[in-house]
Amino acid sequence: MPLIKDNAFVEDTFARVADDAALPEGAIIVSLKRFQAERDVLVPRNTPLGVRLSSDQSPEALGADVHHFALIELEFPKFKDGRGYSWARLLRQRLGYKGEVRATGDVLRDQWLFMSRVGIDSFEVRAGTRIEDFRAAMAEQTFFYQPASDGVRSVLDLRHSRPAPFALAAAQ
Amino acid sequence: MYRYDEFDQKLVDERVAQFRGQVARRLSGELTEEEFKPLRLMNGLYLQLHAYMLRVAIPYGTLSSRQLKMLAHIARKYDKGYAHFTTRQNLQYNWPKLGDVPDILADLASVEMHAIQTSGNCIRNVTSDHFAGAAADEVDDPRVWSEIIRQWSTFHPEFSYLPRKFKIAVTAAPKDRAAIKVHDIGIVIRRDASAKLAFDVYVGGGQGRTPLVGHLIGEGIEAGDLLAYLEATMRVYNQYGRRDNLYKARIKILVHQIGANEMRCQVAAEFAEIKQHGALTLPQAEIDRINAYFLDPAFEKLPDEDLTAQRKNKAFAAWVETNVAKHKVPGYAIVTISLKPIGGIPGDASADQMDLVASLAERLSFDEIRVSHEQNLVLAHVRQRDLFELWQTLDKAGLGTANHALITDIIACPGLDYCDLANARSINIAQALSKRFADLDRQRNIGELKLKISGCINACGHHHVGHIGILGVDKKGVEYYQITLGGSGAEDASVGEILGPAFGEADVPDAIEKLVDTYLAARQPGERFLDTYRRVGIQPFREKLYAAH
Repeated sequence: MPLIKDNAFVEDTFARVADDAALPEGAIIVSLKRFQAERDVLVPRNTPLGVRLSSDQSPEALGADVHHFALIELEFPKFKDGRGYSWARLLRQRLGYKGEVRATGDVLRDQWLFMSRVGIDSFEVRAGTRIEDFRAAMAEQTFFYQPASDGVRSVLDLRHSRPAPFALAAAQ
Repeated sequence: MYRYDEFDQKLVDERVAQFRGQVARRLSGELTEEEFKPLRLMNGLYLQLHAYMLRVAIPYGTLSSRQLKMLAHIARKYDKGYAHFTTRQNLQYNWPKLGDVPDILADLASVEMHAIQTSGNCIRNVTSDHFAGAAADEVDDPRVWSEIIRQWSTFHPEFSYLPRKFKIAVTAAPKDRAAIKVHDIGIVIRRDASAKLAFDVYVGGGQGRTPLVGHLIGEGIEAGDLLAYLEATMRVYNQYGRRDNLYKARIKILVHQIGANEMRCQVAAEFAEIKQHGALTLPQAEIDRINAYFLDPAFEKLPDEDLTAQRKNKAFAAWVETNVAKHKVPGYAIVTISLKPIGGIPGDASADQMDLVASLAERLSFDEIRVSHEQNLVLAHVRQRDLFELWQTLDKAGLGTANHALITDIIACPGLDYCDLANARSINIAQALSKRFADLDRQRNIGELKLKISGCINACGHHHVGHIGILGVDKKGVEYYQITLGGSGAEDASVGEILGPAFGEADVPDAIEKLVDTYLAARQPGERFLDTYRRVGIQPFREKLYAAH
């Protein structure tokens, strides 16, 4: 599946590893279950480590280990399943996670912007997606009423000349 | 009332442009109906039985004359010359053409209106007390807080794909005119011992398939923390609300399953975390900014009027008694314009009627109209000395029905005449009952009686909280109507009890008449139907109705 980051297609450098497969060299993504079972093997590897969370798995389950990850993948099994939006906010605000947060699964064009606002910064998209569509969708709204995880100044901040509440390096 | 600044306007304008593009892609075939569906639903556009239906948001039920005139214009230009006011203080057009909808939205945007979040599993239009700013019993104007919540909830990135739709209602008076306890979140604004505003947050009320009364979850939340508390509640729901079963996905089911206490603990923990970050603290400058839009209009210093002479007109006297309420300022009154003419369709208004009400509001009520959740219109600030002239004008236009809160002031959903979800018609029952009880003296003798009709279990007609509720059901292709008694959407909220087997369409008026007669025979002085019911219980009604069977 094509991957978009920073408004452009990028190559996916991570290998998804099934729970029963041998660990390859290089950057890998494992399930939460596998991470919990093999934590002591996975953490000392000196290659980028990613974890895949299904939509019913809160990132709070990662605890302090969250900072070992270069990538946290949030699955959206159906576009209507919006739990991942809250997981992303917990990652960014509560757990202070600064690495990549990737959305995978059933994601609609009109959801990219909301996802970006809650702190998701890479997107697996359907084959055939055009980068112009992505860029256009991300530019459809100029102002935002509420603070989120993207460091954008909300309408409240703009009205009252306040700085943005969050300045996350990881977010756009 | 609130006026858009450049930020509000830009948000709405961009949305119109975006939807115009989406409609073009649908009409050209680039998008299938399946792909288009979530997009149109984000803009309040439903596909009903016979046509598209567009639901326009009327935030907390407040409209300016200019806005109401635009709604009339749209009804005339793009629809069949009428529209329907709903129990969510919104307005629905029943016959728009898809290709026209972007133009309709552009017309709405030109008067600071939209159809955003009137559909979908997001935070819907915030509703409030239709007497806000005029009622003597309120401690603050709930529209200020409704507007703050409206802005915060608009395009909220985290809460646009909730397990299910989410409705918030706000009141600032001890008398609850906004039915807050049967909302996902109901907010009661009060003043604490030191006269500071305090917000009590009720969570988990609702109607539909599983009617439940909300629990007090947040007590005495401070003004600056209101949004943080709401965000905490929404986050708990978004994480743990059920997504496996459409009918068990509302927050009321979550609260019911984990218990009010556990809900309170979870929200409190989330609230504490959010507060640590501080980003959601509402600045006093913003509260002040919004407050300024809702300051009292320039009321004149007037004495209370003695209307004895005009009251010699019996019809006017009856209307004053039912449709005119006390205003907080001497010499003024709150007028309810009934959209329930005898035999009419509850909540429907013609374009001409909307224009007329808009003009009257402009001239006689500081340019402001309210839509009530009981599907009536309200002029909140009328000089008592203008009441007689106002009534005459309304009456000529079919808007002078003196039945507010009486048995013919019926709430009814659109039912199977329009709605894709309905099991039975509602309008036919409303019309039959309205005709059966048309006699005004009889209605006034019966007194306050809230009769509410839904055409399916989703309960858009609020039947669960009707003193008498009627629910349309389908039995092997035939419409039947189940009756409930003793519901209330007010501060003494309760869910009605099912009386017994359902009735066929033709038998409903007789059945209701028997219930009313039972009440009249049993009532003690000063009792409303609901009071008598609560005193004597359901048994006497049941016996009377099913005795012969």
